Amino acid sequence: MKFHLKVWRQKDPNAPGKLEDYEAENIPADASFLEMLDIVNAGLTRKNIEPIQFDSDCREGICGTCSLTINGIPHGKGRGTTCQLYMRKFQDGETITIEPFRADPFPVQRDLVTNRSAFDRVIQAGGYISERSGSAPDANSVPISKVIADQAMDAAACIGCGACAAACPNGSAMLFVSAKVTHLGLLPQGKPEKNRRVLSMVRKMDEEGFGNCSNYYACEAVCPAGVPAAFIGRMNREFTAASLKEMAGMTV
Amino acid sequence: MTLDSKIPPGPLDKKWTTYKNNAKIVSPANKRKFDLIIVGSGLAGASAAATLAEQGYNVKCFCYQDSPRRAHSIAAQGGINAAKNYQNDGDSVYRLFYDTIKGGDFRAREANVHRLAEVSTSIIDQCVAQGVPFAREYGGLLDNRSFGGAQVSRTFYARGQTGQQLLLGAYSGLSHQIATGAVKMFPKTEMLDLVVVDGHAKGIVVRDLKTGEISTHSADAVLLCTGGYGNVFYLSTNARGCNVTATFRAYKRGALFANPCYTQIHPTCIPVSGDYQSKLTLMSESLRNDGRIWVPKRKEDCSKDPATIAEADRDYYLERKYPSYGNLAPRDISSRSAKEVCDEGRGVGPGGLGVYLDFSAAIKRLGQKTIEERYGNLFEMYQNITGENAYERPMRIYPAVHYTMGGLWVDYNLMSNIPGLHVLGEANFSDHGANRLGASALMQGLADGYFVIPYTLGDYLTTQFGKKVDPKHPAFEQALQDTKARVKKLIDIKGTKPVDDFHRRLGLLIWDYCGMARSAEGLKEAIGKIQQLRAEFWSDLKLLGSPDGINMELERAGRVADFLEFGELMCLDALVRDESCGGHFRTEHQTPEGEAVRNDQDFAFVSAWQYTGDGNMPNLVKEPLVYEQVKLATRSYK
Repeated sequence: MKFHLKVWRQKDPNAPGKLEDYEAENIPADASFLEMLDIVNAGLTRKNIEPIQFDSDCREGICGTCSLTINGIPHGKGRGTTCQLYMRKFQDGETITIEPFRADPFPVQRDLVTNRSAFDRVIQAGGYISERSGSAPDANSVPISKVIADQAMDAAACIGCGACAAACPNGSAMLFVSAKVTHLGLLPQGKPEKNRRVLSMVRKMDEEGFGNCSNYYACEAVCPAGVPAAFIGRMNREFTAASLKEMAGMTV
Repeated sequence: MTLDSKIPPGPLDKKWTTYKNNAKIVSPANKRKFDLIIVGSGLAGASAAATLAEQGYNVKCFCYQDSPRRAHSIAAQGGINAAKNYQNDGDSVYRLFYDTIKGGDFRAREANVHRLAEVSTSIIDQCVAQGVPFAREYGGLLDNRSFGGAQVSRTFYARGQTGQQLLLGAYSGLSHQIATGAVKMFPKTEMLDLVVVDGHAKGIVVRDLKTGEISTHSADAVLLCTGGYGNVFYLSTNARGCNVTATFRAYKRGALFANPCYTQIHPTCIPVSGDYQSKLTLMSESLRNDGRIWVPKRKEDCSKDPATIAEADRDYYLERKYPSYGNLAPRDISSRSAKEVCDEGRGVGPGGLGVYLDFSAAIKRLGQKTIEERYGNLFEMYQNITGENAYERPMRIYPAVHYTMGGLWVDYNLMSNIPGLHVLGEANFSDHGANRLGASALMQGLADGYFVIPYTLGDYLTTQFGKKVDPKHPAFEQALQDTKARVKKLIDIKGTKPVDDFHRRLGLLIWDYCGMARSAEGLKEAIGKIQQLRAEFWSDLKLLGSPDGINMELERAGRVADFLEFGELMCLDALVRDESCGGHFRTEHQTPEGEAVRNDQDFAFVSAWQYTGDGNMPNLVKEPLVYEQVKLATRSYK
């Protein structure tokens, strides 16, 4: 197959970027999107053009490293990560525009590489259960109903790729944050800290420059892990309850 | 040189308790005085960093990924073993210990494996307390399933994403410690060398992958938690970035590399479909419960539509050769059998490197709905990658590399022969012998980080009071200049071939000569070819761009340069181990039926290799494997 690519090239975080045109030729239909870029890069190297820089690691859809906006959609069409998108899904001869994930808190580092450390800082603000290694009671001492455990797993499945924030017109990270708030808030082990957790994570999210949710559901549509937007409503309820307690002067 | 494994005295099941009772403890006030460097943020690295930081040490943690949450432990699917005996089905610490030793074909260190089995139960407690959403029964208790090499159900799991959930648990603990300031995290930072001062590991050289800046960091001890070297094969189930550089650089600074030839090749992966391919994807072994594996009896039939090949013309080779285990024969045997039939020219799919995994009988027997319920997500994944519908046409599978049992040599304290250098998780060699059982990698990574190193690190640190290293010591400057010179050398080659070209060719060599079947003749040939390829790399590599800023080709070139040296060491180890054991199959040592023949008389030892200079033959140091409890036996699966 062959494709006409328009690829975002940007020298460094401060340089202006622009779309460059490249031809992708002799691409096997079974190649993944990233393997197509590998082939293009090998060709560019032969022509003494610096290869396109893009992030990827596990290439099996779970690590959350790959992060391309393809024809305007984070991770491209269909559900799944960029690495799990295969070229047979495109038309032969198609023009494909490739950009980094776009969201203010994810500054472009070079070409298609962004800095998503804002997500790490949101987790550091409270996305954990405080416990010391070795201090845990027996794992079966607290039964957790299968329904709750399964729901917690639905939320915990988030791979932290950032597609939700990149897809949202407001650049909101609420799907990401609500996934962690829901995962830990549902489990008995996470309940003691739930008020403090939701308040500090949401505040950190705002501080990092992510926008608010206005119910576009674009996040849910692009999420490779299938995290449902209903968790955002759940987080809002937790946040409101915790804020009221805080306003009333109660310890949270 | 003799190796002291520092195994505590006393009966096997009391060694760890005895050790803990007598362990040297660093007091809370003194912990604050010690700086630790942890390289890697997977299960071993993140759990160690979180635990040691909460105990009061000052930790610096480094990873090449853009976030510690992305370490490759995240991709583990199946589960984690623990001797909880929640099923009341006869499991015990001893049984988990014995299964692991036997699974490793009696080439692992007894005392380490027993300790692993002992701490396994605490890992599950720890993870549940962190919020890991393990699968549960309707009554609310934890669910278990069975895995290969065991007769009990001791595997805990979180859907098909157990590794992800365990890593995110460790990552959350790590994040907590980063927030408190106890851990300083350095993402997108790759270790390129170890700094050894007066014989002790006291620092590392790193490259900031965002800016290209190369710098040194000093500490009182260094912990390498950098995973395995499966990517020496180029194609593997490892992530693209996984590499041997950290452990190999430590080897070149004097750390012994143990059993590099022990690699595990998983039988059920999606086959290679072309030269462009960058990685291989594992399909869960559970598929073999309902799928039947076959190839055509005649070569001529290989290109035919499988539906048109009559039952009588199919060779269900595992059922034929191993009637009692059939399609559930162990990993090493299944992998090797697939290779044999493909070598005979009876493989299917592109390049003839594939065998059929056929569900038609199961669909007829159980209905498509049942198969969908059991394996729906795997069939979907298969279709996404190959474009084929496995309900209508048999899947094609082929073995692929996915774990490496070898690693840096460590003693019972998880310390290498370089004082201060500790090695955890897949990066060390100690627990899996010549073959790892399913669901044991996650167990070992977390055991080392949460429950072993916090006890054993004191043995070294208590000798280091008042001996803080001077970061201006010439050894730091020397290592820094060495690394800078090496990066410059790579850029200055200005040849004609991109780095992946060399990596792919190295991978093919290793796969052909040091993969599922090895012979003295082939290994000797491979060593020569690797040397040639290495020479070609250093004269014909084409690397564009500057060493400043993001340059992923440069990152890869450094890793491939190390693989090109490491591959030779691997072949040498395979050559010297003149027996078959576990994943190491020497064609000279097999029964007439093609089963592995171990040689306990001459090879019941750990091969630990000592670097003696470029171009020199490394020195082989042997650690005898002394079994106090277990009797060595032959594995049979007929």
